[in-house]
Formats: sequence, C-alpha cells, structure tokens
Amino acid sequence: MSGTFLGMPAFPGNAAAAVHDSQLRFNLRKATRTIRGKRAAVVGELPDWEELRAAGKAIKDHTLRNLDRHLLRLEEAVTRAGGRVHWAADAAEANRIVAELVEATGETEVVKVKSMATQEIGLNEALAERGITAYETDLAELIVQLGDDLPSHILVPAIHRNRSEIREIFREKMGQWGRAAPGDLTDDPRALAEAARLHLRERFLSSKVAISGANFMIAETGTLVVLESEGNGRMCLTLPETLISVVGIEKLLPRWQDLEVFLQLLPRSSTGERMNPYTSTWTGAAEGQEFHLVLLDNGRTDVLADEVGRQALRCIRCSACLNVCPVYERVGGHAYGSVYPGPIGAILTPQLHGMTRATPASHGRGISELDASLPYASSLCGACFEACPVAIDIPEVLVHLRAKAPHPRSERLAMRAAGWVFDRPVRLARTQRLGGRLRRFVPGRLPGPGAAWTDTRDVPDIPAESFRDWWDRTEGGTR
Amino acid sequence: MRVALFITCVNDTLFPGTGQAVVKLLRRLGCEVDFPRAQTCCGQMHVNTGYPGEGTRLARRFVDVFAGYDAVVAPSGSCAAMVREQYPRLARAASAASLAGPPGGAASGRERASGRERASGWETAFEREVAEVAPKVHDLSEFLVDVLGVTDVGAYFPHRVTYHPTCHSLRGLHLGDRPARLLREVRGLELVPLSGAEECCGFGGTFAVKNPAVSAAMCADKVHNVMATGAEVLCAADNSCLMHIGGTLGRQRSGVRVVHLAEILAATEEDTPFPAGEATGGRAGGAR
Repeated sequence: MSGTFLGMPAFPGNAAAAVHDSQLRFNLRKATRTIRGKRAAVVGELPDWEELRAAGKAIKDHTLRNLDRHLLRLEEAVTRAGGRVHWAADAAEANRIVAELVEATGETEVVKVKSMATQEIGLNEALAERGITAYETDLAELIVQLGDDLPSHILVPAIHRNRSEIREIFREKMGQWGRAAPGDLTDDPRALAEAARLHLRERFLSSKVAISGANFMIAETGTLVVLESEGNGRMCLTLPETLISVVGIEKLLPRWQDLEVFLQLLPRSSTGERMNPYTSTWTGAAEGQEFHLVLLDNGRTDVLADEVGRQALRCIRCSACLNVCPVYERVGGHAYGSVYPGPIGAILTPQLHGMTRATPASHGRGISELDASLPYASSLCGACFEACPVAIDIPEVLVHLRAKAPHPRSERLAMRAAGWVFDRPVRLARTQRLGGRLRRFVPGRLPGPGAAWTDTRDVPDIPAESFRDWWDRTEGGTR
Repeated sequence: MRVALFITCVNDTLFPGTGQAVVKLLRRLGCEVDFPRAQTCCGQMHVNTGYPGEGTRLARRFVDVFAGYDAVVAPSGSCAAMVREQYPRLARAASAASLAGPPGGAASGRERASGRERASGWETAFEREVAEVAPKVHDLSEFLVDVLGVTDVGAYFPHRVTYHPTCHSLRGLHLGDRPARLLREVRGLELVPLSGAEECCGFGGTFAVKNPAVSAAMCADKVHNVMATGAEVLCAADNSCLMHIGGTLGRQRSGVRVVHLAEILAATEEDTPFPAGEATGGRAGGAR
C-alpha cells in the first residue's frame, strides 16, 4: 500500500504537535460534535438499530468467509453485463492497470468520484507520473487537492479546515486548475459551494474518462453502488465515455436484498441522515459507455487470514468511529499518517501494510515506526466499538495488534520486571514496602520517562502501608 | 455470603484506603469478606500494552486464587471488565496455541507434558476455569445493586459530588445508573451532573505515558467540565482514572478532591468530617 504519508514520524510525535494547533482543535471539536449529535439522534430513533447492526455484521462475516466464491460470481455478472473485470494484487498493479486503461482512450485528464481505495493506492500521484491529471470532484476532496493538502477524515476529508481557510484556498488556487473563483468570493457557505459548482461544471462537461470507487458491489447482479451527498459523483458516473472503478475486494455483498440493511446503517452512521441523498447504482456498461472494474487486494487477503484482525474488513467507511473518538477529536486525521485515520485507521493501516517485524530475511524491512505506533493511538475507551454499525470490536483488535507490534527494549524490560514482581505475592509485598520507605523521596517532577506523567499531573502519595500489610497487621481490620 | 475481595494491584499498592472502605462496607451489609493473600494483579497492563504472555500467566494465577468463592468483588470497573471480557479471549488463545503444538505455542512444554493443557473437545482446563470464575467477578456497585439488591447502604457524606463513569465500567461492564442510584441514597450527599461525563478522561493505562500530549489534552477537557459543576468531590469507580484526573486537578490547585465510590459508600456519621475548603488534589483521608 503506497497511500501512506511517507516519511512521517510515529503517532505520539505527530499527535503532540497537533494538540498544540488551537485552530485545528477548534475546527475538529466543532465538526465532530455536530456530526456526533446528528448521528446519535437518527440512530436513537430506530427501535431495531441493534438488530440492524447484528444483521450488517452477519452479512459481512458471511461474505468474508465465502469471499472467493462471491468474487467469482461478481466477475461473471459484471462480464455478462458488458463490463471488464481486472484483478490487482497490490497498489502498483492497480495503478498500472488504471493508467493503461486511461492511456488506451488517448485522454490525459480524468475526473474522480470520491474514493478511499484510490487514495489508498496513491492513484492520483501514479497517474501524474504518466502525464495524466486526475481532478477530484467531491467538494471536500477538491478543497484538499487545491490546497495541496492531505485528507484528514474518511467522510469529510477537509474537516480540519474552516470556511475562511477554504475561501483563501479557492481564491488562490482555483484559477490554476480551471475556472477561477470570483474575485469577490466571501466565506458564506452558499458562495463557496457556487464557486465550486461553476468550477466543476466545466470539468464534468469536458471529461471523457471517470474513475470511481464503490461503497458496495452486489455479487448476484454485478451491480456497483456509490453513496454521495452532492450529485457530483453521479455526474462523473454518467457523463464520461469510459468509467473505471477501483474497489477493494471486501466491499462485496452477496445479494441485492442485502443492500437494504446497509442503506439504513451507512447514512445514519456517517452523515447522520435517515436516507442517503444520491445513491447511484450501475450494472456493467451503459450503452455507448465502456466500464472497467479493478478488484483490489492490496493486503486484504492477509488481513483475512488473521482470525481476530479480520473483522476490520467489515468496515463500510462510515467514519462514526472517528467522530466519537476522543483521540481523533484532539489530534485530527493527519497524525495517523494514512488515508484511514482514527480508530479504524489504527487497526486497518498497519494490517494492510503487514504487521511483520523486521527480520534478516526481509533485509531489515519490516513494520514502520509509524505503523507500529498506531495500535497504541487509543485509550481503549470503547466509544468506537459502541458506534460501529457493523460491530467491529476495535479495542479488541488494537490489543491484538499491540501484541504483534515490536516493543522498545526498555519497555520490554519494565514489563518483564513487573511480571516478575506480580508472579509471587511476596515479591509484590516487598516492592510495596520499599516504595513505602522511599515515599518521602519521590520528587514532584520525575526525570526521564516519568516526566510523561508529571509534566501535567501530580504523583499520587505513596501510602506508608499497603492494603495487604494492613490486612495482615489488623487481621482484616478486626484488631 | 462468602465474598472474596479482589483488591487490584493499584489499590493494594497506592490506595489501601479504598480497600479498607470496601471491607468496612461489605461487613456492614452482612458479608463475610476474605482477602486471598495469593492474589497480585489481573494482568490488564501487560495484555493491553501488548504482552499477552505475561498477562495470561497472571490470568491463570487469578482463576486459581479465586476459584471456589460465591462472589469476587473488585473496587475497579476496569479490572473487573478485564476478567470478564478479556480472560475468555486469553483462554481461547492459549488453548488454540496448545492445540496447535510447539511452533508458536504459548503454553510451555512442561505444561503440555503435565497434561494440564490437554484439550477435552475444544476446551482446555484453563478455559473451563475462566468460564466458571469470570462471571462471579463483580465491580463493587454491580455487586451491591445486582447481587445484594441494595441501593441504600447506610452511608453519610455531606458533600457536593459529581460522578465520572469510567470507560470500562460504562462500556465494558455496562454499569449504567447503578453508581448514581447508590450515590442518590447517601445522606447529605448532593449529586451534581457532569457534562461530557461519558467521554474518556485520557488515562488509558500506559496510554497516559505513551501518548502524554493527547492524554493531557483529554484530561484538560475533563477537568474543565468537573470544575464547571462546582462540586467539592469527583467520584468514580476506578482509582487509576482518578489518579490521572486527580493528579491534574492537584497540579492546577483546583481544590476539588477525588474520592473512590467505595469510600463514599463506606462513610458514616461517625467518620471524621471532611476538612472543609482544604485545597488538595491528593487523596482523600477523611472519608473513612
């Protein structure tokens, strides 16, 4: 997977920098709290939400267990409907397939529907290397692209920006990419949307090739489904002569009927809406149109092999876990260094990359420092699991991945020492008595790693006597 | 009823007063309290930091120590949740590893040779022990409300109190309003609501030192909400979270005291009243 923000340091460093960005924290706090409230309201009004959630989980689990069979059914159905199916094992292969398909049309410009899979594989950058310009048409993705920025949220990629920042980006950059923003552009949301509409409309009418992802693929019928809020996706899906869709193999549903569950779960969990505004479905190629489906593995079958970690593949990219996460709210998406930020990113990104440690056989290449730090980017508060519409037990997977991650030597030694103490009650008692004797000498500010505690908090008073010594001395308080 | 106290390593070492309060309270309610001396730690720190080997060893110790009791009571939602939620997973993983044989197996050769890990069907002895012991482990408020069936425990605590539901007691054990029901029955106590109560305080075990900046930012918001209540006392069912929030309150010289739920429920008219207006974020001494 090449969609990582290369060269980024580990999460704690990124996060520490981010929490000091007061504008960022203000933007995030406002945005996540608004979406969180909307989601809670529309989820709360459904009496059968828990049943829907269980159904979503069960359908996804069934699909993943029989993925090979359903994928072949999908290929057959898409082909029958006039589409062509391509199989891509990794990011490089997917990018090559898409680039060659675009080159075969003779075009050098493509329009894009918002898609996480193409972000994951770094498609825009790969196309640029071959002289093809990809234009993002989702409003938020447009803001990110014009601002030469990185997305920081799955659903709301420009969540870290407020409207006055967006006005500046439109005023400075729109003209370099196409129709310029009006000179008197204000930061009124309607004015900003109108500037984007005029800018994008020209693009839609002149583009011959479009690239999309998909929220769901139906194995039974060969139908692809895209959910969006703006209608810009539908413009891309219907106007161009060639449509190329890049979709992760886990986006499959066996039957058309299964959509019913997910068309309820997804809008309520993501945008906090009862019904999705623009739901586009298409089966194979429309008349006069060429349709290609690129099925992307890129680490997914490795994730599937992990009995605990595989539940991450149930994810429908709703972002509910991001919006309720207290860590995400304070640091934003960039700190995670991946197109999948927040709690789901913390379990998905390192798994897609592979949790393999550096070994001599791998020539020292192994899990990056950033990926190794992601499973620790959580206080395990469990808000994500509670909000997840397909019941991914994110804390369980985080803990599972922590066991696989490489650990610093000092931490290994400290954990071994603690294990040794806890292994015998007498060792614990002696350690407590030693602490009790040294209690007067504990400084208010600890040196070294202890400073991580005492920079912002007082050290608790160490008691002169532990509970077990009190119990022994007083025979359980009876003496 | 014969009840075993699972004190937890944090309370045993740093907050003995909480343990003493549990003993006093349970005796007052007619329970015979036993403190099995062989207990140490549930293993949560090891498991949640990525050391399931050590954690599993401590889990085996736990089920050995607490087998045979009618009920096990812990003054910690987090440690009770560890036993109930994570032990079954640890036992399954240990069984799978022992069935898979030596390569990558977590069980030692000696254990396999002794037959201790021999599977009967798909279940090992460890899994059976966990299935037997784990459901009997309760957080204090759960034990009081669900097992003993009381909400008025005869306590007196004349202070303005706000309650922070810790994440593992809220989303792990689903304690719901049990602590609030207990607090509402305490004579003299005024319970004031805490805004953003369900949000994590940012402790998260080793998270507090592995991601100190985020942890502190989360706690800053929690402390802000606590101060806004005007409460004298912040109460919770976990001393580890209180150590984190209390440490921050103390550093800010806020004057708000942190007190474990057990210490409030154990307090009666005979106890030394809380020194009014004493500015400290340190541990409460007057609640017992």
